[in-house]
Amino acid sequence: MDFSFLTNYHMFFINGAKITILLALFTVALGTVIGVFLALMKISKNILLKGVASIYIEFIRGTPLLVQLFIIYYGLPMIGIHFPDIPALGQNFGDFMAGAVALSINSGAYVAEIIRAGIQAVDKGQMEAARSLGMPHGLSMKKIVLPQAFKNILPALGNEFIAVIKESAIVSIIGIHDLMYNADTVRGNTFQPFEPLIVAALIYFVITFTFSKLIGMLERRMNTDART
Amino acid sequence: MPELKPLIEIKQLNKHFGKLHVLKNIDLTIHQGEVVVVIGPSGSGKSTLLRCLNRLEEPTGGEIIFEGISITDNEHDINKLRENMGMVFQQFNLFSHMNVLENITLAPKKLKKITSEQAEKRAISLLEKVGLVEKATSYPAQLSGGQKQRIAIARALAMEPDVMLFDEPTSALDPEMVGDVLSVMNDLAAEGMTMAIVTHEMGFAREAADRVIFMDEGKIVEEGHPEKIFDKPEHSRTKDFLHRVIHI
Repeated sequence: MDFSFLTNYHMFFINGAKITILLALFTVALGTVIGVFLALMKISKNILLKGVASIYIEFIRGTPLLVQLFIIYYGLPMIGIHFPDIPALGQNFGDFMAGAVALSINSGAYVAEIIRAGIQAVDKGQMEAARSLGMPHGLSMKKIVLPQAFKNILPALGNEFIAVIKESAIVSIIGIHDLMYNADTVRGNTFQPFEPLIVAALIYFVITFTFSKLIGMLERRMNTDART
Repeated sequence: MPELKPLIEIKQLNKHFGKLHVLKNIDLTIHQGEVVVVIGPSGSGKSTLLRCLNRLEEPTGGEIIFEGISITDNEHDINKLRENMGMVFQQFNLFSHMNVLENITLAPKKLKKITSEQAEKRAISLLEKVGLVEKATSYPAQLSGGQKQRIAIARALAMEPDVMLFDEPTSALDPEMVGDVLSVMNDLAAEGMTMAIVTHEMGFAREAADRVIFMDEGKIVEEGHPEKIFDKPEHSRTKDFLHRVIHI
């Protein structure tokens, strides 16, 4: 094994990792927002909202991420929807946005199911007790159900975020200079097929491992807070 | 003895769960200050009846009038009406992520527009009443069943309701905890609180009730003073039921 290419190419990995982390953060944020709305739609009593959310979730979970990415990247511009390049935010921002939006749309469906399951796992009696005191549905949700659901949701949500970090490598296919793309560039430049990919894999692992430890710490802290 | 001012009037109440007809043309009036105990075999609809009173279950027919206001016509804010109807559940349903004081003060603070100090002062006096002041900062998971249920009663009382609904309040308790909860309920009855209680505690029903209702198969089979129901039941089904629960 020869890792001497790192003296010349280490910035490729560092910049790629930055893009990967940025992409993951964006996806986690937007995916969570989408997921919360879908979950609320899915547990609502309105049949239309419920139906739309169900179709969205089933469709996204039933089709490959790669197909979704290509639909967003190649398909949307065909019907006149472009992601603008914003030079201040770096080159190829439009591509970055396309990748981030595709990942978010995908992740949102999974997050929605995690949140829905977490809310429905809260004992029905909690909501009934709140309602019996005269608290309106929204207030009961906010004060009683959601704080308890959050504890159910957090571990699964952590796993989903880790999955997002790993799956984000797929955006290298549309030319976003993420960790995977840059590792592949180094592979091509150095004619070394093996070592650059090992480096990339290690960096992915460091990111996901750190993240899962952080989530674990947060879980433990919440448990000592509520002592339930 | 109860004054004869009606607090809750139930008229021709019906409830279906799908094809299952669980409440059949129930007529019942609960008067101010009255303690009404509902007994009957499981599946007879007694819990459903109680849960219809604050519309935790939606009646499928009939009318319920509370303090002169129809709660079934959808023209009145059910949340406002519920503020005046406390409810205690078989499974306690304390908010598990909040400590005892937060459990009791949450609804008054959010709904009654009183300050935290006022709410806490009132919560402490309620805790004194149920004998659990020292548990103010405990979490539900740290309490025994009997303690949880007494906290749940305090939580319901914190809204200063005009009636208290008890849905099998002692059924999930270990036998040695039952007495503590019943004695709190006895105190409440003595203070003149209007109470509707679904229970299997026949001794309590006999002692505390002003009126006992026997339900079976979704209907009120027999009602009357506890002595009449327990000592001289008229219907064979009432006799049958009492025979089974009291002599086992």
